[in-house]
Amino acid sequence: MAADNSKSARPRVALFVTCMVDSLYPDVGIATADLLEQHGAEVIFPEGQTCCGQPAFNAGFRRDASKVARHFLDVFWPLVRDGGIDAIVAPSGSCVAMVKHSYDILFADDEDDAYQHKAQEVSRVTYELTQYLVDVLRVDSTGASCTAKLAYHPCCHLLRDLRVDEQPRRLLSHVEGARVVDLPSAEECCGFGGLFAVKNAGISTAMGRRKAHHLSACGAELVAVNDVSCMTQLNGVLLREGHRCRAVHIATVLRKSEAPQGEEPHA
Amino acid sequence: MLDVHAPFESRVTQALADDHLRTALDRATTRLAERRDLAVAAVDNPALRHEVRAIRQFAITHLPDMLQQLETNLIANGCQVHWARNAAEANDIVRDIARRHGVRRVVKSKSMLTEEIGLNEALETDGIEVVETDLGEYIIQLAHEPPSHILAPVIHKRAEDISDLFQRELGMPPTTDPGVMCATARQELRRKFLQADMGISGGNFAIAETGTICIITNEGNGRMVTSMPRVHVAVVGIEKVVPRVEDAFLLWQATTRNATGQAVSVYFAMCSGPRRPDHADGPQEMHVVLLDNGRSRIIDRGYPDVLLCIRCGACVDVCPVYREIGGHAYGATAYSGPIGAVLTPLLADDPTSVCELPFASSLCGACGEVCPAEIDLPRILLDLRSDMVNAGTSSVLERVAFTSYATGMQKPWRYRALVVVARWATKLLPRNGSGGLTKLLPPLNAWMRTRVFPRFARRSFRRLWRKRSSGRGIEPSR
Ligand code: SF4
Repeated sequence: MAADNSKSARPRVALFVTCMVDSLYPDVGIATADLLEQHGAEVIFPEGQTCCGQPAFNAGFRRDASKVARHFLDVFWPLVRDGGIDAIVAPSGSCVAMVKHSYDILFADDEDDAYQHKAQEVSRVTYELTQYLVDVLRVDSTGASCTAKLAYHPCCHLLRDLRVDEQPRRLLSHVEGARVVDLPSAEECCGFGGLFAVKNAGISTAMGRRKAHHLSACGAELVAVNDVSCMTQLNGVLLREGHRCRAVHIATVLRKSEAPQGEEPHA
Repeated sequence: MLDVHAPFESRVTQALADDHLRTALDRATTRLAERRDLAVAAVDNPALRHEVRAIRQFAITHLPDMLQQLETNLIANGCQVHWARNAAEANDIVRDIARRHGVRRVVKSKSMLTEEIGLNEALETDGIEVVETDLGEYIIQLAHEPPSHILAPVIHKRAEDISDLFQRELGMPPTTDPGVMCATARQELRRKFLQADMGISGGNFAIAETGTICIITNEGNGRMVTSMPRVHVAVVGIEKVVPRVEDAFLLWQATTRNATGQAVSVYFAMCSGPRRPDHADGPQEMHVVLLDNGRSRIIDRGYPDVLLCIRCGACVDVCPVYREIGGHAYGATAYSGPIGAVLTPLLADDPTSVCELPFASSLCGACGEVCPAEIDLPRILLDLRSDMVNAGTSSVLERVAFTSYATGMQKPWRYRALVVVARWATKLLPRNGSGGLTKLLPPLNAWMRTRVFPRFARRSFRRLWRKRSSGRGIEPSR
């Protein structure tokens, strides 16, 4: 719980909702905003935002990635510079890893280092949702409840790039009524990997099936993840293969009010 | 075995369809990775990794000096040193030594470098019999297959497969008892050792200050190869040099902990020259072939870190992609898994000839996390992808897609328009299975063939947000 709810002490958070959440899973964005507000932050949504540039960067298209990254910085950096916000928070480990670690690579060869500088400043205040909730807002329990058998799949960038693991696990363990089950080989990649998922669709699917198999084996009804990209991969396989388990974004599990629903692709 | 000379996609398809292969890979890599975890947990692994990296980095940044010192000390020990720029030169040097000594039979200990340069085939064209004496290498030699793992070359075979092979090739009675199978191979190999005129080894480390070639084995075959035949030839990559004896001991431990989970291997042969008058045994001549074969070019290409590799195979064992497809899917190359995906293109004259390898990764980062030399493999994969794109290897469709992506994402209104179009387009898609309209879009088709694709939301987040804010009387922020 946030210690102080008084107006002046409320941290101002700029929500970077990510392009996938914006267009495919808006409810995850709303859940993220709800969570941040419920725990004492004031949330603003800079409307100019689009994407962080990761799809192109990971595919090797650095020039295209850098154009998108510049746009990201054009939207968020002025807010950081003017002190208008205390943090940028995104419901995604991989987009945050992009901003925090890959922008450095992307702008390293720029003749003028203006964007590199902006990237560094922005990177310092950028957080993944559960990281921000636990490390900054000092949340221990979100007051959510859920009766499902719940597994947690640590997304690769969150786990290995941002080294965030304990935070989401702690929040999930405090969800009322949840039966958290151990997912075998939890740290193994789900097989998404951006372009990899279509360029190497066969391998990607085989990896997804392996994860689906582990999910079935541990009897999970829901598997919480911190990235909607991994969620898309998991549900893509789980639905096609007729498994009962569904992947959900962790924000929808942690949000107070309603019980989380399996993130069925919208009909 | 799948056809290693087929195109990449076909190799992958063959591998994915082979259930035996994937069972074997799953069992073996899981076991190796578990053993490794235990072995590195028993030491201060972060400190060990720093030390390994420091030693290797020192050697690579001082490569010319190190090699000069190594050569001087090898010669002082009575070794004959040969320098080879490429595979052809190295093979010719070894063939020449064999010719001068009238060599008919060669025994070899495990060496990825000689796989890399095709030394066996070169010697065989001269009518020389070459026998691999590492059990795994022996098995794949009998099966006429390349290794499928830098450390466990036969990882793709189940015990049943090996039993069939031994029954056919060695007349072994039907059994899958590992004891019986090992004894059968050992009996064959003993004879070969006694008959051999020349032993060929690789080298895990070459110690500059003492002029010593070190070989890690668990079967003792390395020691026999280097001491029983009249002539010993060690073929060693120039990057294997280390400054001091202590360094070799530390790297030894790092290698075995990460490779097999052993604190140290059963054997560690240290070869410092041919037999001396007071020695009970040893070869009459010892030759060391120091081979570049693209290694110094890797430094010029801007990837010196790749040369820090000590070939432990840890990155391979934790790789979820390798676990699905195995080593042969990486092609007719000696190296597979994450290290193979970076080393194979970097060793190639034309890296774009194997441009598919750096892309065959989900970038999960498991490899970089375990590497004892702290090689940032995911970063190198990303850099190589960028090199490939700059070299023009990507398809027209990819280029168009990413140009449109970048154009769209730079302006919020364009992005919103794109989303609207995508929403309508995906409404026309079948719910299950590919085909129909999705054929027009190959990437989407590739996804839909095996997975359900989500529908775009009716209202985007930004529209929901505006509604939510206006409901509270807050102006949406700009
Ligand atoms: S890259 Fe690292 S983990 Fe992989 S084989 Fe080389 S040393 Fe081992």
